[in-house]
Amino acid sequence: MSSQAHEHQPLGGRVLTLPFLICAALVAIAGVILFQRYTQGLAAASNLNDGYPWGIWVAIDVVIGSAFGCAGYVIALLCYILNRGEYHPLVRPAVLASLFGYGLAGLAVLVDLGRYWNFYHMMLPWYAQPNSVMLEVGLCVATYTLVLVVEFAPAFLERFGIEGLRAKLNKVLWVFIALGVLLPTMHQSSLGTMMVIVGHKLSPLWQSQMLPVFFLLTAILMGFAIVVWESVMASLNFRRPMETPVLSKLSGLMLVVASLFVVLRFVDLIVRGQIGQIFGGPQSGWFVAEMALMISGLALLIPKANRNRSRALFLSASLLLAAGILYRLNVYLIGFTPAVGPWHYFPSVKEIMVTVGVFALEIALYLLFVKKLPVMHAVHPEHG
Amino acid sequence: MMSKNKTSVSRRGFLRNAVKGSAAAAAAACTTVVAAPPEANALVRPPKPLPPDAVGLLYDSTLCIGCKACVTACKEVNHMPPDVGPAQQGWNAGGGDKPIYDSPVELSAKTLNVIKAYSHGTGATKDSAENGFAFIKRQCLHCADPSCVSVCPVSAMTKDAKTGIVNHDPSACIGCRYCVLSCPFGVPKYDYNDAFGEIKKCQLCKQQLAKNELPGCADVCPTGATLFGRTEDLKAEARRRTALKVGEYAHFPRGDIAGKVGGPRSGHEKLVEAAYQTHIYGEKELGGTQCLAVSAVPFDKLNLPTNVPENGYPTLSEGIQHTLYAGMIAPATVFAGLAYLAHRNTKNHTDE
Ligand code: SF4
Ligand code: SF4
Ligand code: SF4
Repeated sequence: MSSQAHEHQPLGGRVLTLPFLICAALVAIAGVILFQRYTQGLAAASNLNDGYPWGIWVAIDVVIGSAFGCAGYVIALLCYILNRGEYHPLVRPAVLASLFGYGLAGLAVLVDLGRYWNFYHMMLPWYAQPNSVMLEVGLCVATYTLVLVVEFAPAFLERFGIEGLRAKLNKVLWVFIALGVLLPTMHQSSLGTMMVIVGHKLSPLWQSQMLPVFFLLTAILMGFAIVVWESVMASLNFRRPMETPVLSKLSGLMLVVASLFVVLRFVDLIVRGQIGQIFGGPQSGWFVAEMALMISGLALLIPKANRNRSRALFLSASLLLAAGILYRLNVYLIGFTPAVGPWHYFPSVKEIMVTVGVFALEIALYLLFVKKLPVMHAVHPEHG
Repeated sequence: MMSKNKTSVSRRGFLRNAVKGSAAAAAAACTTVVAAPPEANALVRPPKPLPPDAVGLLYDSTLCIGCKACVTACKEVNHMPPDVGPAQQGWNAGGGDKPIYDSPVELSAKTLNVIKAYSHGTGATKDSAENGFAFIKRQCLHCADPSCVSVCPVSAMTKDAKTGIVNHDPSACIGCRYCVLSCPFGVPKYDYNDAFGEIKKCQLCKQQLAKNELPGCADVCPTGATLFGRTEDLKAEARRRTALKVGEYAHFPRGDIAGKVGGPRSGHEKLVEAAYQTHIYGEKELGGTQCLAVSAVPFDKLNLPTNVPENGYPTLSEGIQHTLYAGMIAPATVFAGLAYLAHRNTKNHTDE
């Protein structure tokens, strides 16, 4: 099946481009700051404190970063579970983006952990505390990262011509695909459950037993949005034809998920008797911003014609992505008030630079991989 | 690859209905989850009771004279370093960089116990909310259903089955600070200035109790404002005090309420000068706590969270967790379904 062997191809081209070098420089800056963090403690690099023990390293690098990594999850779900072959060209880039999203979320955890040399206790059964939602999240994320490695392995094996192993792997890949759908469903919803226990410290605008449902919905939504985003960016930057027909189908699903999120959010507020908080409660502005982004993003997709315009698709994906980011930031940082005492938190410049470095590393590795490995779907002349 | 035969069309119809159905189910679930009373709600686990022999402290704000002997004793028996606030650093350098005067203002990785003061207006009258002042002792309350134990992924925070003391084991701890985030009373602290920082909090001087000695703070308290004992006994004592009337003479014990730990001590008689609040802090808050407080000034003025439910938050978060993952049956079932679909569908896709 020679045509299939060429289904994906490396993009080729120079590796040391300007964007790559900028990313590398940002990674180096983060490295210097991390040296300070590991030699002098967390306070040397961050504004973390006992009122806000979790800052942007958890909220952005892990909680939002892993949602960025949901591209692989949603595409695998569509492609292999719902058997929608038309999404096939999106699989490899999505899995690669997920691999970096999750791999670097794991790395960011090691930056934040105060006693990182003990991190492996999470894997040892005799330390396990089964009631801990964090334990479940940790184990799920670690396993899922391994699953992503296996899911991405065919690209590697293909590149280096290890066909025998690749054929064997193909026979059992379905197990990993199933795990690759189950695990994110579990840990993405658990990321929401993690904040249930903070109780009254999270504003009633966000505190709800529905947190796991909202986190799952934003994970799916952000997964879709990232696929659209990345596809449009790749088309522009690498001068490839737009994948608009596939993306327009995807956008119909985005519309459904975003609408469900908005409806459930309001139902939840009404049922909990907290709807009044929207008008002038302490953090209501942030709620309004979150909803405005979400609703404008989905409204753009209501006219069917828009779903075939790559500009509208890109704008809508950006808005929905921003809405998902803001929702998660609201739950983990903005809507949170410490129990006792006046505490303040705003990330330090160094802290922000570490987060920037983590994302820069993700982009640099992505650029390297798509150029050197068969990730992108081959563009046939008759399509281009 | 894109096989469009009859069966796949009808399957799509089925899937579309399934999606619609699950959306409706989700909305219905939302209503029941949020609106159902706790006892009928599958997503809430029952609260954990206190062990019968749980021990704790009773702090009586009206007896506290703000001498901070307990703060010093706590540091001594637990070998904690002095804690100097930024405002004191200028004059308090001591010899070299070793501070000579301990001046903590809040619980921290260096301070397990602190006395804080409330003041209002002229601050003239003790134990008065208006134009008065009052003290409050801050330390771990040793919850019946502790959030810190519920969240800890590596069992570094544990609750002793007999004494109910909430212990911390730094050799297991990964420093995730989820306990810091989750504690409803803002108790555990981490040392952000140390490359190898530890979580610190009061462990009810378990090392002293093992020697049949009193916790440092209860040992030195001159007025019995900090009293040690079985939580049940302390609760009864707290009820007796909150029922006292202004102008009454009452007896106030010192040390251990049962007079056993640390040997018997004499208490004292005292005139009740300010009316107690009926609220016993820690009796009901978040499933109850082993350390209790009584006061003449409302507790919200003393900066303690008062608008909290009577069941600990772990009943909510563990409720969700246990419902979804009981015996891992649901995930296993879902996995079986997914694996079946993935197996069948990947056959069409020879690549990947
Ligand atoms: S007061 Fe906080 S630290 Fe102490 S037992 Fe309760 S939850 Fe844990
Ligand atoms: S910081 Fe340590 S004790 Fe606290 S929850 Fe994390 S691992 Fe457990
Ligand atoms: S019981 Fe011990 S550790 Fe806790 S506040 Fe009192 S002296 Fe400090």
